[in-house]
Amino acid sequence: MKIVACLKRVPTTETQPKIAADGKSIDPTGVQYMASFYDEIAVEQAIRIKEQHGGDVIILTVGPKDAQKELREGLAKGADSAVIAVDENWGQRDARSTAKVIAREVQRLGASLVLTGRVATDRDNASVGPMVATLLGWSCVTDVIELTLNGERGVAKRESDTGIETLEFSLPAVISCQKGLAEPRYAALKGIMAAKKKPIEEVPAGDEPNQAVVASLSLPPVRKEGRIVGEGAAAVKPLIEALRGEARVI
Amino acid sequence: MSKIAVWIEHEAGAPKRSALEALGAACAVSKDVLAIVAGAGAGEVAGKMGAHGATAAVAIEGGPKSPDALARDVAAACREAGAKAFLAASTSTGRDLAPRVAAHLDSNLFSDCTALEAAGDGLRVTRPWLAGKVIAKLDSKGPVLCATLRRNTFEPTTGGATAQVANRPASADFKAMLVDVAAKAGGKLDVSEAPIVVSGGRGMKGPEHFHLLEELAAAFGNAAVGASRAVVDSGWRPHGEQVGQTGKTVSPQLYIAVGISGAIQHLAGMKTAKVIVAINKDKDAPIFKIADYGIVGDAFEVLPALTQAVRELRAQG
Repeated sequence: MKIVACLKRVPTTETQPKIAADGKSIDPTGVQYMASFYDEIAVEQAIRIKEQHGGDVIILTVGPKDAQKELREGLAKGADSAVIAVDENWGQRDARSTAKVIAREVQRLGASLVLTGRVATDRDNASVGPMVATLLGWSCVTDVIELTLNGERGVAKRESDTGIETLEFSLPAVISCQKGLAEPRYAALKGIMAAKKKPIEEVPAGDEPNQAVVASLSLPPVRKEGRIVGEGAAAVKPLIEALRGEARVI
Repeated sequence: MSKIAVWIEHEAGAPKRSALEALGAACAVSKDVLAIVAGAGAGEVAGKMGAHGATAAVAIEGGPKSPDALARDVAAACREAGAKAFLAASTSTGRDLAPRVAAHLDSNLFSDCTALEAAGDGLRVTRPWLAGKVIAKLDSKGPVLCATLRRNTFEPTTGGATAQVANRPASADFKAMLVDVAAKAGGKLDVSEAPIVVSGGRGMKGPEHFHLLEELAAAFGNAAVGASRAVVDSGWRPHGEQVGQTGKTVSPQLYIAVGISGAIQHLAGMKTAKVIVAINKDKDAPIFKIADYGIVGDAFEVLPALTQAVRELRAQG
């Protein structure tokens, strides 16, 4: 079975973004990148499935050629190969056009299981996985915290607002991975050496146009600095008074 | 603005508050609002939608409990109605459904929007990027503007007329099917929907002390317990409670951060709360920079006193 794990290059969580002069994009100066947190869980889960059931793990990214760095990490952990659908302007790509590229590549690669992170921590869309499944006419379970595969079928538990839902599904399928599914491993030295020889294929992402058009970007309003109402348990009374009288939230 | 379709999530015959917020958001920008309700009891819920601003409703009853079948039916209802926009609340079900519906309609999805406004003959959305570090205003060139709406952000509408209810058969084909739901103990509120969130960080010193936060949440009655990433990574609390860039983004009326220093990744997830209270031993903790009210002090001393004060307040009614 061919398994595709999708991985996106995103700004690190420590990034304090600045708006570029055009007012419509983020200034890339000084921004550091990393693999999106949940996508690392997808890569880990793909490798575990391969270890348990056999198969071939391909990491797929829609992004710049420089994303090799993040892909090599995944290859060092045990993935077999990687594909970059090259788009140097990947940060501007909307969820729909990203899903179209991924669906096309998944079909070309002949995969029957696609793992994505629950959400990429740059645009916070949480959309590409279920969009890919819909475009391909495949099963999809989102926010998965437990996954069991059995031949052509699978069972997934997903975390909902109100509890844990269990779904049964048929393969081929797209699974979006939530924290708790699989703790990513560290790459061993042997794996890091082996990763240098593993293939990373580059294909053009294509020019499916975006539907989303940025009208403007801004930084959120700075919260005005509040005040210390007191110290220790004695401060509870003035706090309650402020919350009732001034803020009117309780 | 022309017709807007709104997905109405419901439970035991009652629409969810977040669904009525989405309906209210649609009514604020359009006079032609279609409520789409599915699942057992859909007809009953659909019949109530006129009172919340809908001008028409579709009830999709029966069918398998399948996310893919549901999306196909909802997309078909949008298409048949000629809807130019599709809205759903940003609940776990809404966030699962909306991208599938958008894909069926060959449209992009705008997730977790915090504002909707009329722009030309379309809609302009406002939504956070990078967990709220950047605010984006976006237009859509797609055939249907699909969006999920952040909870506790839009106001429901009341006092509408009666909405005409049409019935639509559910499709029988499915790929994935819901077979079991294990509800959270005691019907606890999720951090992303609760109007009050009390969160604990490393300053709580260990999982055995989180009962102090549970008790405060119980005293409020409408509060949920949240946690910082450090606490979740240490295994003290389940990841479903994590607030921050790699957890949940919340916008409650009141957010109380206890023993949380205020790392950027945490602040990103909660700084749109209406009022922020910080309780921390370290008077220089970054959390005080964004808190409206701060108490410098030991959590184990402040929390029981605060819980007691809230209980007294609630007892007074």
